[in-house]
Amino acid sequence: MTDNLETFDIGRVRADFPILRREVYGRPLIYLDNAATSQKPQSVIERIERYYREENANIHRGVHYLSQLATREYESARVKIKRFINAGDAHEIIFTRGTTEGINLVAFSYGRKHVREGDEVIISAMEHHSNIVPWQMLCEYTGAKLRVIPINDDGELIMDEYARMLGPRTKIVAVNHISNALGTVNPVKRIVEMAHSQDVPVLIDGAQAAPHLAVDVRDLDCDFYVFSGHKMCGPTGVGALYGKTEWLNTLPPWQGGGDMIASVDFDKTTYNALPYKFEAGTPNIAGGIGLGAAIDYLTGIGLDRIAAYEHELLDYATETIGAINGVRIIGTAREKASVLSFTLAGIHPHDIGTILDQEGIAVRAGHHCAQPVMKRFKVPATVRASFAFYNTKAEIDALAEGIHRVVEVLG
Amino acid sequence: MDNLKELYTEVITFHNKKPRNFRRLESATREQEGYNPLCGDQITLYLEMDGETIRDIAFQGDGCSISRAAASMMTSAVKGRNRAEAEEMFSEFHRLAKGELDPDTQPHHLGHVATAFSNVHKYPARVKCASLAWHTLHAALEGSDEAVSTEREER
Repeated sequence: MTDNLETFDIGRVRADFPILRREVYGRPLIYLDNAATSQKPQSVIERIERYYREENANIHRGVHYLSQLATREYESARVKIKRFINAGDAHEIIFTRGTTEGINLVAFSYGRKHVREGDEVIISAMEHHSNIVPWQMLCEYTGAKLRVIPINDDGELIMDEYARMLGPRTKIVAVNHISNALGTVNPVKRIVEMAHSQDVPVLIDGAQAAPHLAVDVRDLDCDFYVFSGHKMCGPTGVGALYGKTEWLNTLPPWQGGGDMIASVDFDKTTYNALPYKFEAGTPNIAGGIGLGAAIDYLTGIGLDRIAAYEHELLDYATETIGAINGVRIIGTAREKASVLSFTLAGIHPHDIGTILDQEGIAVRAGHHCAQPVMKRFKVPATVRASFAFYNTKAEIDALAEGIHRVVEVLG
Repeated sequence: MDNLKELYTEVITFHNKKPRNFRRLESATREQEGYNPLCGDQITLYLEMDGETIRDIAFQGDGCSISRAAASMMTSAVKGRNRAEAEEMFSEFHRLAKGELDPDTQPHHLGHVATAFSNVHKYPARVKCASLAWHTLHAALEGSDEAVSTEREER
């Protein structure tokens, strides 16, 4: 068996993350909650600190040195994001607070212009609440109808149902690239192709994908792609929305305020050019620059190597944890990434989470903001271990031991 | 392990495996839903009131061992009590779960419930699990028609 560990210096990678050296309850931290948020490497922490120590000023408006410096660094982060997802132009990258804000922006701006009573919006049964509720709100407001692509018992989209749903009434499709609750990697390129054949645009929620695989928005040909910085080694409170130029040009702005205008008069306000039209108010400047540093860090390792290594971890975890008596893995799609959701017979996920926590193991226990997924699999909640490239097989062994301990205590 | 025994006391694990009053109560005069939206715990509480007295009480629902054991022990503890007594116990349990009642030195009416849950305040993530049944009881006694949520009370 060829082991990716040979080409992947895990010791060096781990040394980049100061938090991985800390203990909790006197035990080494085993952080397996990466789908909730990732840890941050030293380079990102230092970059944010350097910004505040040496570069802090407001952007896009000052004639002075620091303002120009901060503007340059912030805009260079935008270019890094553009390259990271292979967008055609940096003005197609809108800084947001995160995935949730990106989806809300599109639901509002696209919805206001294009969605009317009787129209339909298609999402899937494995969406995070953040890719359900904004569309529900839009439907409530406009009288449009929400259609939901069902999933099979493995947690895969039923593509035939999707094909049947698409039609002249469909105004937009919004699906995730990777499910946060199941780990399923969805066939988003095919989803886009099918929608485009009916002239329907597609938004992809890439919150779970951006940190785990190489994203190429031009190859996917999606109309919108949204993701968060904090799940990909960047800071919280910043993310990006990619939108094709032709959409962004024609959609109305979302929030009004400073920076998003070209000129303001009480009779008429002219909006700024892209991307600023969608960026009202002083943004999270340090966050944007920090996200740029996170992208430098990830691309320094290489997304393909990260994906290969994480895949090995997932296979190992599926085998190790799946072999434990009473464990049921929720989400067994053929294409999966980095997420192992499971239940343990007779023991509630919250109790498992608490007992693992005492062992220094951080997992998520709950509905993962995907209650429809829980209902689909008829479980109130699951335990979710989600991996990053700084996790190890030894940590997965510790998780397995921890689960045995749970059974000792409560079984 | 020892730490865990502090939260998962023997009484709690016992009541989790063999919950008392875990059934639908056909004679119920009040029925109250309770939710913990953060973790999905759900409880339906049935009360048969005889004037001011809780003549019978039972529960159903889905939840972790802490919430299930809490419901089991709460229903046993308040059965046969009157409304004022049960409300007093609710407020005592509330203080216990927040670490504001030391059952060894301060007076209370919780009996062995207090011993079983005396350490739950050290586990902030689990306080709501322990409190759900009690909040639901409180709402049922107040005759509220709305489902009670652990998120409404505490913030």
